Amino acid sequence: MSPRRAVSGGRIDRLRTIRFTFDGHSYTGHAGDTLASALLANGVTLFGRSFKYHRPRGVLTAGVEEPNALVTVLSGAVREPNIPATMLEVYDGLIAESQNRFPSLEYDVGAINQLGGKLLGAGFYYKTFMGPVIGPLKGTRFWMFCEHFIRRAAGLGRAGTEREPSRYERMNAFCDVLVVGAGPAGLMAAKAAADKGVRVILADLDANPGGSANWSDETIDGMAAADWAAETVRELKARENVRMLPRTTVWGYYDNNTLAALERVADHKLAPAKGEPRHRQWTIRTGAVVLATGALERPLVFPGNDRPGVMLASAVERYVNQYGVLPGRKFAIFTNNDSAYRAALALKKAGGEIAAIVDLREKISPAAREIAGKVGGAHHTGHAVIDTEGGKQLTGIKVQRFDDRTGVLSDDPRNIPADCLLISGGWSPTIHLASQAGLNPVWSDELQAFLPPQATQNWVGAGGFNGGFTTAGALAEGHAAGLKAAGAPAAAIELPAVDDDGLDPKPAPVLEIKAKGKAFVDHQHDVTADDVRLAHQEGFVSVEHLKRYTTLGMATDQGKSSNVPGLAIMADALGKQIPEVGTTRFRPPFAPVSVGSLAAERYGDIRPDRLTPMHDWHLENGATMYGAGLWHRPMIYALPGETVEQAYVRETKTVREGVGLVDVSTLGKIAVQGPDAGEFLDRVYTNMFSTLAVGKARYGLMLREDGLVLDDGTTWRLGQHDFLMTTTTANAGKVMQHLEYLLDVVWPELKVQLTSVTDQWAGAAIAGPKSRDVLAACLTGTKADNETLPFMGIVRGEIDGAPVMICRLSFSGELAYEVYCGAGHGTHVWEALMKAGKPFGIVPYGLEALGTMRIEKGHVTGAEIDGRTTARDLHLDWMLSKKKPFVGSAMMDREGLVGEGRLQLVGIVPLNNRPVNGGAHIVEELYEDGPRDSIGHVTAMCYSPTLGKYIALALVKDGKSRRGTRAFVSDPLRKRFGPVEIVSHHFYDPEGNRMHG
Amino acid sequence: MLITCPYCGPRDVSEYSYQGDGNRTRPDPASTDQEAWNAYVYDRLNPRGEHHEIWQHSGGCRAHLKVTRNTLTHVISSVGFARDAGHRKSDGHRKTGAEA
Repeated sequence: MSPRRAVSGGRIDRLRTIRFTFDGHSYTGHAGDTLASALLANGVTLFGRSFKYHRPRGVLTAGVEEPNALVTVLSGAVREPNIPATMLEVYDGLIAESQNRFPSLEYDVGAINQLGGKLLGAGFYYKTFMGPVIGPLKGTRFWMFCEHFIRRAAGLGRAGTEREPSRYERMNAFCDVLVVGAGPAGLMAAKAAADKGVRVILADLDANPGGSANWSDETIDGMAAADWAAETVRELKARENVRMLPRTTVWGYYDNNTLAALERVADHKLAPAKGEPRHRQWTIRTGAVVLATGALERPLVFPGNDRPGVMLASAVERYVNQYGVLPGRKFAIFTNNDSAYRAALALKKAGGEIAAIVDLREKISPAAREIAGKVGGAHHTGHAVIDTEGGKQLTGIKVQRFDDRTGVLSDDPRNIPADCLLISGGWSPTIHLASQAGLNPVWSDELQAFLPPQATQNWVGAGGFNGGFTTAGALAEGHAAGLKAAGAPAAAIELPAVDDDGLDPKPAPVLEIKAKGKAFVDHQHDVTADDVRLAHQEGFVSVEHLKRYTTLGMATDQGKSSNVPGLAIMADALGKQIPEVGTTRFRPPFAPVSVGSLAAERYGDIRPDRLTPMHDWHLENGATMYGAGLWHRPMIYALPGETVEQAYVRETKTVREGVGLVDVSTLGKIAVQGPDAGEFLDRVYTNMFSTLAVGKARYGLMLREDGLVLDDGTTWRLGQHDFLMTTTTANAGKVMQHLEYLLDVVWPELKVQLTSVTDQWAGAAIAGPKSRDVLAACLTGTKADNETLPFMGIVRGEIDGAPVMICRLSFSGELAYEVYCGAGHGTHVWEALMKAGKPFGIVPYGLEALGTMRIEKGHVTGAEIDGRTTARDLHLDWMLSKKKPFVGSAMMDREGLVGEGRLQLVGIVPLNNRPVNGGAHIVEELYEDGPRDSIGHVTAMCYSPTLGKYIALALVKDGKSRRGTRAFVSDPLRKRFGPVEIVSHHFYDPEGNRMHG
Repeated sequence: MLITCPYCGPRDVSEYSYQGDGNRTRPDPASTDQEAWNAYVYDRLNPRGEHHEIWQHSGGCRAHLKVTRNTLTHVISSVGFARDAGHRKSDGHRKTGAEA
């Protein structure tokens, strides 16, 4: 038997023993225990060290709001820090560690920080890390060096560096009524809604639904409250229209009644079952929400209130009634309201000894007085605890007479020995979700708490959430809320009977006892009452500033227990009422959310791959593939032993002298069809298309509305009302969206249909002086001669039985044809072309050779069409029609886009015949004192086998007028500098004789 | 956030792409009024409260919608087709092919 386990009682399974380790020591617990309850049962009271002062800390609460007892769970090499021991169910093989201590929890060197308390007060960080302002270290980075060590001493758990192997899942759910919280109110609401036949989801963050019924000592409907809850849950589970989500924290309330919830599917076992994720992230869209999230008890603020052994009264009640654990031997109680008396009763029943009840109120209810008499021990009304005694464990409390109206302490203090002190500062409704879906919360003087705000979304509250703290009230409100959320009219039923203990939940409006010593408001971030007052003295009057300056409420518990006491102290300092001081909004998440569950399956490389129809052929024939956006494209087809440069030089040479074949399936293709297609193209292209003859293609240029170049490509007129537009690979989606916007929003009267057909067509460009011979050898149904298929002409025919459409156009500058066929025939036609080209020495060529030939020709691509260049900058002004307006025509000639100083496209020849890199700057002079005065930059570079030297394209300030002059390339990143000559961007065959031949 | 597409019904915002301020009016294509063009291309309203926006149902029917949305509360008070909202001056000087 564990030393602190009661002989009987509790909702744990005493027949099942669980073995686990904490800080290397082995312990046992029972099924149904949390790590906190199991350790308390074993007599462990020291759970960790505090954030700043390294003070010993125990467990304060029994739930999700726990600020102190945070542990790290180890699973293999994976560490997960900052798990509240109160939320961690024990399982066989659990390994947990305490945090923020060195070398051990018992002997922690960081505890020396307690002596420097004054130095580590509010704003410590801001005041300290400014660096020395005098002395030899002034202006140095000395403080950054120090910060490294200070950061190590501060903080909570330490994350691991191993890859997290767990699997996470995302799930979408839809329902009519989502009930958050499965306490008495939530259970009644779910039942009432389910009875109306609507779809209900009931989520609760605990393993066993029931909420306070699991730990209150009440009876509902003639049975123990926990049995009533279990019975109701059984009933709900059996219904088809109800989904129960245990261990599920609803953490965010978003637009359109969309709520986010985290289900901890497998944190209560050593490993998830087969197919089970560790966590499941729920996105729940619901018609209505019932918020039955209950209330959280608040601690009182007094010196030494953080000593291990000081716990919330409700937490002790829960440890006794739910877990059968007595967390001490000799108990004292300190309260400002009646609810703590229930805990006293529970302790007495379980065999605990009550040393004293200290109530800071002079007058208390008869019910409370009766309990005090029943449980025994001293009963000090009108008294307060002013300090606690003990080291790492409470040994006694110091009590003094207290006036609850003036806050004045009088008479001599007296000592009362106790090893567990129960404290209660009243209750705060858990309005976090409502605050995300409502206006500002409403202060209640009577309850000394913020009540739910007016709703801005469709939710209805019930029970403790509304500020009603009786079980009978919770049942009634839950029933009404369930009906309302289900859209049913209110209807009275006979509610389950609850015995009324007559206790009054209204607290005295006192949350702090001002006495000498450190009195903690925010236990997790080590913020004291004096810190709050110091912040006020230093001029922080807004709660928002106070919060950030002191870090009050900014720890992982997000101030669940510290918010209201902090505000009370601030209000006192300001001489104002709490509602005048205001409160900060609660933002999501309500409780920490695992990042893994947000990503779920979306990690690693999650982009789709776009493969051309000929992809497999490329791989089988030695292509090195290259990522171009989502596409995979052949870069080179290297022969054994070839370098990249050798491969593309060979491929380029073969095309220029013989024939080559390149996959151009990735080009964007848009079918522009309809009676107004020609008119539409006239409006979006800078040049005319309505005049283009059927069976001909034309190169087109598109501008953006602001007059800069958007994209270029050829458009083919396949019929009177039928055009096939091609775009660059990279801009296909952007151009489609641009055209759709214009057509749908600006010119809806045009009868045009746009269809993306990029994936429907396979495309291969056959280029080189011998390309016509290859076509002639395999093309049937038409001819490839100059008369049938002139430059920019289109024919339809067949290649090896597959229908093809051929347009004679050239990107390489050679005689060339683009052969299009249905995507399904892509490889078939490609192979037929390769076979027909074999006698002519055909080679497949990749992006490198394609790029080399376009640089030699001075064609522009995305490197030059970079969103900053105009048609004139790229010497494409011959394409700007003067006969019609077009998109961008009104803006293209505005100030700044014309005249001197524009970056213009030029060719660059390095005079030392060494490669230069894209992005390298062009300068007029190389200065000794470092690079400056850039006049432009290199956009593309290659070794030109045709010219026998390295060449490049560049955008250079007033580049056209600099042709024939010298400049320098300046590339300090790669340490390449050297003289270059600026030339025309047409390096090769400027007249275009070769492609017209 | 849910946007109710007149074709497809209520759909999650992730199916849509934002296409900007819906209060702009494109000048007559032949207009050379630089100020009007400048306003169309660069000026955007950024109100606190009700705002007219263009959203494309890019993950669905690809229609452009004119959405009236409250930028404070995300409440969407109306959704219609952008084409009906008159974001343009008439192109009267040019005949459409349908009429030709």
